[in-house]
Amino acid sequence: MKAERNIKAKIRKIATFVEETSTEMGRRVDPPTRRAAAVAVIENPYAGKYVEDLSELMAIGEELGELLTQRAVAALGIEGPSAESYGKAAAVGENGELEHAAAILHPKLGTPVRRVLGKGAALIPSSKKRGGLGVVLDIPLGHKDAAFVRSHFDGMEVRISDAPRANEIMVAIAVTDSGRPLARVGGLSKDQIKGEDGLR
Amino acid sequence: MPEVQIRKRVLLVEEIFHEGGPVALKPHRRAAALAVIRNPYAGGYVEKIEGFMDDLKPLGLEMARSLVAALGGDPKVVEGYGKGAIVGSAGEIEHGALWHAPGGYAMRDVLGGAKAIVASTKKVGGPGARLDIPITHINASYVRSHFDAMEVGIADAPRADEILLALVMTTGARVHARVGGLKASEIKGEDGLR
Repeated sequence: MKAERNIKAKIRKIATFVEETSTEMGRRVDPPTRRAAAVAVIENPYAGKYVEDLSELMAIGEELGELLTQRAVAALGIEGPSAESYGKAAAVGENGELEHAAAILHPKLGTPVRRVLGKGAALIPSSKKRGGLGVVLDIPLGHKDAAFVRSHFDGMEVRISDAPRANEIMVAIAVTDSGRPLARVGGLSKDQIKGEDGLR
Repeated sequence: MPEVQIRKRVLLVEEIFHEGGPVALKPHRRAAALAVIRNPYAGGYVEKIEGFMDDLKPLGLEMARSLVAALGGDPKVVEGYGKGAIVGSAGEIEHGALWHAPGGYAMRDVLGGAKAIVASTKKVGGPGARLDIPITHINASYVRSHFDAMEVGIADAPRADEILLALVMTTGARVHARVGGLKASEIKGEDGLR
């Protein structure tokens, strides 16, 4: 908790979501599939004006990459390296620009995510949008070491009823310990992964 | 007696540091436990449904315990609570009412005999329906600083033949509570009201 107070991001709130699916169409899912998302609501330092250099948000992205991944993994009760898939997303409040979400998500957020998870050869799938309070974020999910693992293509919806306010940004990281419940549409499976190029 | 079939569970924890005012020394925390179960009475009118309340008791206890765990494991930190249900479209509002006793008493048990009535709400709704769960102090309903609500919902629930059950616990007052009224420090804690 102390570390969070020293970070650059001005965090208003953090929400974590854990979903566990144990049956689907009446059929047991054994073991249950589990996924978690950690979402921070932060002040947008560039709200309401055009700023050319977005480096402060890039630094915030780096901090949140570590903090939110740790929160998501802790919510699942697993060690980082046991995570199977991941994704990230951001929603910018109405006084910000989409580029602010990009500054958080793309330059520096990924490195600490991969540090917490041990590996992460694959691209972290992402989505972003601008929106008002209660906006829905669909966080895309893909296998962390091999993007083509078909059983792990998924998405997780999160929303917070009172965020983002106009001068805020919502930043989300999702982590799973499994693929879709009852996945059965073929393709590359996780036991076939080479895990070298991030694709297969 | 119908078996309780759980499709999925969701746990949501919010940690609130501030809302534009001074940063709280201890962040305000709220947690919601949701379970999506099959509605054994979906699709037709069934007269006798009361028995299902007993079937739901173990699930209620499990959800109440998961909330205490999500808030750090010590029931003493819990100061507010609430509950709710969303019944899928092939059910009736009365099916949601089955949650009052098992959900409420589960939380009061786990919290060591909380005195106040558990605030609640319910409705019939489709997948993605949102529910604003009312929250009040666990020992004295009139504590003004603890009146709150937490919005919950799940994108793919409840399906027509399902019920989404919800319990909520919080660790204290709203983050910048300052509208007076009965304070938590002033409660007698005898009648559940003051």
